[in-house]
Amino acid sequence: MVWLTVLALLSVQPPAGAAPFDDALAGFAADSFDDTDAAIAGVAASGHPRAAAVIDALREGSLAFSPSTKAVVIRDGANAPRDAVTGQPLAAAPADLATVRVNNRLRRAIDAAMGALTLMAPDAGQRMGAAQAVFRSRDANALPALDVALAKETDSRVRRMMSEARAAVQLYKSDASEADKLAAIDILRARGDREALALLANLPSGAPEAVIAARDSAATAINANLALWAAAQNAWYGLSLGSVLLLAAIGLAITFGVMGVINMAHGEMVMIGAYVTFVVQEVIRTSYPGLFDLSLLIALPLAFLTAGCIGVLIERGIIRFLYGRPLETLLATWGISLILQQAVRTMFGPTNREVGAPSWMSGSFELGQMTITYNRLWIVCFTLAVFVSLLAVLRLTRLGLEMRAVTQNRRMAASMGIRTARIDALTFGLGSGIAGIAGVALSQIDNVSPNLGQSYIIDSFLVVVFGGVGNLWGTLVGAFTLGIANKFLEPFAGAVLGKIFILVLIILFIQKRPRGLFALKGRAVEA
Amino acid sequence: MAASPSASAKPFGGPLIRALDRGGVVFVLIVAAIGILVPLLNLLVPPSSPLHVPTYIVALWGKYACYALLALSIDLIWGYCGILSLGHGAFFSLGGYAMGMYLMRQIGPRGVYADPVLPDFMVFLNWKELPFFWWGFQSFPYALLMVLLVPGVLAFVFGWLAFRSRVTGVYLSIITQAMTFALMLAFFRNDFGFGGNNGLTDFKDILGFNVQAQGTRAALFALSCLALILGFVVCRWVVTSKFGKVLVAVRDAESRTRFLGYRVESYKLFVFVLSACMAGVAGALYVPQVGIINPSEFAPANSIEAVIWVAVGGRGTLTGAVLGAVLVNYAKTSFTSGMLAPYWLFLLGALFVLVTLLLPRGIVGTWRYWAAQQRERRAAQAAPMDHVPAPAPRPAE
Repeated sequence: MVWLTVLALLSVQPPAGAAPFDDALAGFAADSFDDTDAAIAGVAASGHPRAAAVIDALREGSLAFSPSTKAVVIRDGANAPRDAVTGQPLAAAPADLATVRVNNRLRRAIDAAMGALTLMAPDAGQRMGAAQAVFRSRDANALPALDVALAKETDSRVRRMMSEARAAVQLYKSDASEADKLAAIDILRARGDREALALLANLPSGAPEAVIAARDSAATAINANLALWAAAQNAWYGLSLGSVLLLAAIGLAITFGVMGVINMAHGEMVMIGAYVTFVVQEVIRTSYPGLFDLSLLIALPLAFLTAGCIGVLIERGIIRFLYGRPLETLLATWGISLILQQAVRTMFGPTNREVGAPSWMSGSFELGQMTITYNRLWIVCFTLAVFVSLLAVLRLTRLGLEMRAVTQNRRMAASMGIRTARIDALTFGLGSGIAGIAGVALSQIDNVSPNLGQSYIIDSFLVVVFGGVGNLWGTLVGAFTLGIANKFLEPFAGAVLGKIFILVLIILFIQKRPRGLFALKGRAVEA
Repeated sequence: MAASPSASAKPFGGPLIRALDRGGVVFVLIVAAIGILVPLLNLLVPPSSPLHVPTYIVALWGKYACYALLALSIDLIWGYCGILSLGHGAFFSLGGYAMGMYLMRQIGPRGVYADPVLPDFMVFLNWKELPFFWWGFQSFPYALLMVLLVPGVLAFVFGWLAFRSRVTGVYLSIITQAMTFALMLAFFRNDFGFGGNNGLTDFKDILGFNVQAQGTRAALFALSCLALILGFVVCRWVVTSKFGKVLVAVRDAESRTRFLGYRVESYKLFVFVLSACMAGVAGALYVPQVGIINPSEFAPANSIEAVIWVAVGGRGTLTGAVLGAVLVNYAKTSFTSGMLAPYWLFLLGALFVLVTLLLPRGIVGTWRYWAAQQRERRAAQAAPMDHVPAPAPRPAE
């Protein structure tokens, strides 16, 4: 009934003026529950900007009055009390302050007044929050206030939320008409998320047949809708995982594909890229804090150069002596990976290093029932950009032409005047450099520690072998297939079992097609 | 093989004698001497004597003996058949787990939860009865059978699939690595039924003897040396037989061997399974001596490390594999227990690089190569140059 009073006053729409507010405020100083009740209604209806603060103070028990001067003030802890009307601290606080007393009846009135005030609040975010609160509480008392607010609402999103809140209330209100309930079910069906489903599922028993039937069909529709969104979300996660795999494997595809070199230190190149990002961010933090948002862009070329140079050094220093002995190359590069790991551990310590996210990569947004984080979105875009530019390098540049020639027929390429040794070094450098920029991206989603590379190396090899050696498109398809398959298996099998299952599948797949999905066709018998 | 008169008179002794050349006999005698002397010096010589061998040394060198057997099994397939397995740690660990399961069942009601049948971790996970794959492990012969059978069957299935579809070289190495990685992930899971993260530990006794007791440790050490000798003899026997010659042919020219009419897959499969069984035995002897087996033994890094032992000692030499395993592990113990601990990985990494670059034959292989060259030079000086000496064989990929 308090609601009704409030609403009656609200619907009258008094002009947002000082007089009704001041008059109502005086009621608090009367020291009687009835007067306080009337005052609450009055203040709530006044539309005064200080109304919410006053009601809130009353709820907190910090609203006080002076019996002698009838002044109403808000206590503010140890500070001087504030004037209830202006909100300014009082220079001389009245000596005889008494707290405005409330009882249970008044507490309900206060809550109702607060709800109504926030539903009518000038800020759309606050109105949204209030509507969501009603949606969750399904408090039938809020219905009249909701109706009024709904009639006045102009923001379409808030309006929808309010109508959904109203539907939730109607659905659970025992005396609501059947038509109201059916309308409510329709609204919830349109909302179509888990909360709507829960509301429908918990519908109190004893509802009319038609309502039950409508409820069932709505629940089925929502479930189907949710399953679709869940599949979309899984596909997105899979795409995101696939892009990470692709990023880690793409450099390997080059070195393995073009040179037939098993580079076990590939993961360490990724790690070095991540540490370059860390160093760049440290420098920026200490010297140029304004550039932080650009830190990743600055780190990209540096990581490419650092990892690429280390790659060229490794090729010139070690790997070129081992051509034609792939198993020994594997062992030697494993040794290099141990040395690089330990070197980084000695320089930067064994613990995880903090790499921050620039502002344009943090946060997330909702797409229907899906949540998409910006960092994942950027990584997917970045991976595709890297892939396309790599394809362009292979197709359009002289280096790419020579690389392809060496891949197809090393001796013939050499006879045509291509310096194969130089191409080998550059190819290895390119593959390592790509691993380095992969490290920049992975530093955003993984722990930057000396073991970073280790966790990717087996996966990357499987992607390359699965996709087919010497074929970038194979690597792309391989990475996304594995990523998506992994994420779709996870809900059934759990993360670890899903991964084991994928490993077993790949092992079996390699039996079937020992050269991968897209094998380079050749006519030579292997040695 | 050509049946010589002595071989027909002694059907088994002949190949055995042929299997052990002078170096082999010396190796067997040295291992046997260590296997007998160390336990005796530990048990019978009082601790005050300078000849006394402390118990911790016995346990440590027992561990080396198991590693040496693992290295032997890798050398058999890598050195003689060209199969580089980066997943042999999986067979080693499976053997270890089989032995660990026997040891767990021997704890009986002495566990923390005092359950007469269920190991502690199962009680902790609120399991009511023993899973079927734990049945029978209270019996030692059954456990021994499983030590051979589990790695053997896995190797058979894996090898059958892989060799039949001619997965070779680095591809095989990568999928063996994926295999051990998958097993590691599986064994890390609690509901897989092997103790999850913590693995199997807190062993009490083996065949009624306390695993911690000095006498048991000495006996396990002697047994490990015995297993090493047996493994060595079996390997020598395999590689010196006609079968072994075909293996080397597969290693050096797989296609040509196939075109000559040999079933390359069967040869590879047999030697792969044999090697896996040896690795399983090594794991089974390893577990009671170190007192724990957990999933990190499956880590791909461990398997690769075992390969470098063989490379250091010299692949295709057998004795080299043993020497390499002991040397590298001795270095590891000395490094990681002292001030130099942070530098161990540098050394290990450098070992990988330097051995493959500068010492591709390994220690024993290089020594043999020099010795063969010396002999040739002497022969060439003694005899007039009427023939060109055949180039010394070089281990191919």
